[in-house]
Amino acid sequence: MMMFLAAAVALFVSMALVLVRLYAGPSLYDRVLAVNSFGTLTVLLIAVLGFLNGRPDFLDIALLYALINFVGTIAILKFFRYRAIGDVSQVPNSKGAKK
Amino acid sequence: MIGTFVDIVLFAMLVLTAFAIVKTDRLFAVVMLSGVFSLLSALLFVALDAVDVAFTEAAVGAGISTVLMLGTIALTSRTEKKSSISSPLPFIVVLITGVALVYGTIDMPNFGDAAAPAQQHVAPEYLKGSLEDVEIPNVVTTILASYRGYDTLGETAVVFTAGIGVLLLLSGLGRRRKDEDEEDA
Repeated sequence: MMMFLAAAVALFVSMALVLVRLYAGPSLYDRVLAVNSFGTLTVLLIAVLGFLNGRPDFLDIALLYALINFVGTIAILKFFRYRAIGDVSQVPNSKGAKK
Repeated sequence: MIGTFVDIVLFAMLVLTAFAIVKTDRLFAVVMLSGVFSLLSALLFVALDAVDVAFTEAAVGAGISTVLMLGTIALTSRTEKKSSISSPLPFIVVLITGVALVYGTIDMPNFGDAAAPAQQHVAPEYLKGSLEDVEIPNVVTTILASYRGYDTLGETAVVFTAGIGVLLLLSGLGRRRKDEDEEDA
């Protein structure tokens, strides 16, 4: 129990650090990385909260969050590369790379 | 005790993120911050045991709407336009609405209260009647697909229409851009 509480506090501290990077982060990729790692910390926090409340069945939900986080980051990065989300073949490649 | 601590930390981070969203004028950072905002509110929903709501919030708020906002930024501008008129009216409206909302929560039942109207009224009937009325063992399925069947059908129609609209808009915009490029060349 004590260990889970310590883990929760450590997760909160690292969430605060990620928030600072997200707000201050000079480049675009700092911010994308910050959101991605915030998603990972969310997954971990859901798992730790499940054990803290004595209901570890929340682990399934944490897994689903991890999947969503991955797909979301891919979508954002794909958008940077091609300036489109759906059918990439319509969009000229060079234009996306230039920006 | 632990629950209160978790709630306080999560709400503090939520408020800080909201202030950061208001203060930042680079729209890309605002989109990323709003993604984190909905992840934080999803965490609060998990802390309240509303796992399905939390999941919707994470999928729609942090996933889909981030991408849609990025699409909007690509079509419009990357920085916020400074408003030329500064009037206290919006702040006053927001303040009054907030006070009214807080006032509205005062006589609501406590979290998890067994005597709350929501637990007294239809919920016991659903639990009791679902097996006899519809003969499906899962109560959640019974409520969604039978007791609130028309409601679910309407919801599905709305979501489907919205999805088709967004897809049409996005693909149409991409094609128009390509046409313009060919005209330029």
